[in-house]
Amino acid sequence: MVFFVLTGGLSGTFSNLLIPLQLGARDMASGFLNMLSYWFFFGSCTVMTISLFVEGGPASAGWTIYPPLSALPTAISGSGAGMTLWLVSMVLFIVSALLGGINYVATIINLRTEGMSMTRMPLTIWAFFITAILGILSFPVLFAAALLLVFDRSFGTSFYLSDIFIDGAPLEHIGGSPILFQHLFWFLGHPEVYIVLLPSLGLASEVISVMSRKPIFGYKAMIGSMFVIAFLSFIVWGHHMFMTGMNPFLGSVFVVTTLMVAIPSAVKVFNYIATLWRGNLILSPAMLFAIGLVSFFISGGLTGIILGDSALDINIHDNYFVVAHFHIVMGASAIFGMFAGVYHWFPRMFGRMMNFKLGYLHFWLTIICVYGVFFPMHFLGLAGVPRRYYANTAYAGFDSLFEINQIVTVFAMIAGIAQVIFALNFFFSMFRGQRASQNPWNANTLEWTAPVEHLHGNWPGAIPTVHRWPYDYGKPGHHEDFIPQTVPHSQTTSSNRPDDH
Amino acid sequence: MNFLILLGVIAAIMVAFRLMNILNISQELSGRDATEELHKDVKGNAMGLIAFMVVGLILFFYMIWKYMPLTLPVAASEHGVRTDNLLNINFYIIIFVFIITQIALFYFIWKYQYRKGHMAYFYSHNNTVEIIWTVIPTIVLAILVITGLKEWIAITSKDNTDGMNVQVYAQQFVFLGRYAGRDNTLGDSYFRNISTENPLGLKLEDKAVNDDIIAKTEMHFPVNTPIMLNINSRDIIHSVYMPHFRVQMNAVPGMTTNFYFKPTITTAEMRKKTANEKFDYVILCNKICGVSHYTMNMKVVVDSKEDFVKWLKTQPLAKPAPTADNANASQTVKEIAEAVK
Repeated sequence: MVFFVLTGGLSGTFSNLLIPLQLGARDMASGFLNMLSYWFFFGSCTVMTISLFVEGGPASAGWTIYPPLSALPTAISGSGAGMTLWLVSMVLFIVSALLGGINYVATIINLRTEGMSMTRMPLTIWAFFITAILGILSFPVLFAAALLLVFDRSFGTSFYLSDIFIDGAPLEHIGGSPILFQHLFWFLGHPEVYIVLLPSLGLASEVISVMSRKPIFGYKAMIGSMFVIAFLSFIVWGHHMFMTGMNPFLGSVFVVTTLMVAIPSAVKVFNYIATLWRGNLILSPAMLFAIGLVSFFISGGLTGIILGDSALDINIHDNYFVVAHFHIVMGASAIFGMFAGVYHWFPRMFGRMMNFKLGYLHFWLTIICVYGVFFPMHFLGLAGVPRRYYANTAYAGFDSLFEINQIVTVFAMIAGIAQVIFALNFFFSMFRGQRASQNPWNANTLEWTAPVEHLHGNWPGAIPTVHRWPYDYGKPGHHEDFIPQTVPHSQTTSSNRPDDH
Repeated sequence: MNFLILLGVIAAIMVAFRLMNILNISQELSGRDATEELHKDVKGNAMGLIAFMVVGLILFFYMIWKYMPLTLPVAASEHGVRTDNLLNINFYIIIFVFIITQIALFYFIWKYQYRKGHMAYFYSHNNTVEIIWTVIPTIVLAILVITGLKEWIAITSKDNTDGMNVQVYAQQFVFLGRYAGRDNTLGDSYFRNISTENPLGLKLEDKAVNDDIIAKTEMHFPVNTPIMLNINSRDIIHSVYMPHFRVQMNAVPGMTTNFYFKPTITTAEMRKKTANEKFDYVILCNKICGVSHYTMNMKVVVDSKEDFVKWLKTQPLAKPAPTADNANASQTVKEIAEAVK
């Protein structure tokens, strides 16, 4: 989920779709890298799928694959062939992510059309840009961690293993540390959270501004806060490890950096709310999902303040409280951003609209169920129920929580079924949906100036020139409530302002 | 049967597609384009969102009222009471912020929903406001960081040396306990020494081992006595989680981790407090450690000091008793030595 849906599916698809179209480029900087990235991703998916069917079962040490559990087939059967294929798949995935990321950065820096200065780029592009940089800097560390794990598993090295007695015999490994793996893993793992979230926030920024018919509030603050979040994401990884026996002083440092992330996040939330203020809101399915994202980002982000505080983390670390927290703040938020993106750019992709009514239904079922699943989980966490338990039956103290588990289960099943509505709507609309007009949402950005037919090179004639920033919505003095980026200031003398850029 | 289910699913998809076709045709026949269609739906969705917020907030408080009594009882350790207070302060602050921001979000959507012929207010930034809402969270967070770190430093301080040394030893899928005995020093151990007789791998030549006591089924702690947990694992990473004491620390192979705490409520007292005759403290494993991870736990009892000593005396020494083979072997060595002399 984290890697294939939220990384590959979110930043991979939308970056490739929107970067050239919103920048006014004919294609990505390197078509070859693009292709390689795709085929590595394809290979990675194939290997991961195969790993489900090998003897001993798929990798079963959790997505964090902490050794020694992931290193020793004697500890859990999934750490045999399943784990080997998992690692191979991840290596391919990382190569794919790197090739893709390098391509995104190169395109954004080099292939902006005339007039598209960096501060005239839509926030979606800024989000993809920062995400790509994060990926380029952090994925190689996971690559190193995975490689060392391969060595430990297959070639008898002891990077992560030491002093282990299992299955009736001591192992030869001496001198390694499993904590080293966690440091390497979370050095990627935490930026990964923002690799997942930032594209969603970028998509939501664009959707909220378009559908509010109002410029995004604090454009520069939005870019700044994304940079601050990205920078901080590299120095907060230790908050996943407060309970590993890591030096407590080091823990304190991570508390400070972690809670600092709340500041740019708060700025983003306030800016979203300020964008809605005195807007003229059109509640398309995309807008509804973007609003859902903001709501989740608030709810999940706030509990992060508790989890990031090491003294409070002691009792809720690794239990249902943190499960609730990260599913809301990075799972549901990111998925909602992705849905917003799909509903909003579907006409751009297929020249047809998705059915609105089914979109509303999908939204309502999903938001109710997501809160229905994850809000009650906070109580399970506060009752001390550990995560990753197959059943809560071994300790009688958990019996009284039966009802909460029931609520969670019912909502989870409905949420799953609700996604069928989306799938049906998606595939149906692809072939039979209502035909979309050139610019169905009356948006300013360049992708809506390109013809609906898929052309090689995106625009049939010359590439459009950009004259203004992408958020001139509801400008007083203009006869319409939007001014596309391609309209020069000379044609809008009635609405020009001294602070235009 | 499977075939029938498959047929059913295919039929359902076909019906769904047909229905969607009808939906689409009716939309096209109505003669409205997509934008008008959207404008028409705004009101319903806006009402829905405001209703969602109101009902959601009511349920929020209802669930807090209904389910908070099911969460952990009062902290049974000294530091736990303090971190619980801090947790409550944090909760008050975040619930306040949560309610304000969610209400603002949903209220604005309802208030500023699309109206025909209306223009949005062109308002792209306001530096004063932005500085204010950057500075206020910064100040609040600074206070939370400082209060949180104060507790963290107190809990993990190096000066916490007066604790009774107790080892918690984790392995797939049980915990073992070891008490340091009269000298309050846990004897050394080494993983290659592990055997059925010596499950902790103790170094028998280390004198500190001699008075160590092993606990195999349950652990006891004396009330109001500081305990220094020394946590080890023989195979993979486990986690010693004692939610009632607000204690958690991973058990990592190849290193010792520590946690210092002071239990303050005996099991008997806690049974009265929770009005639950069957209440027991527990150590849970809180790091996925294999297929039986969910069953890995150990009962913990907090006794009065006298009862604790009584219980401890009934527990076996950690040093494995010499078996018949061992005794014979040493006898033989003795004989050989004497013969050589």
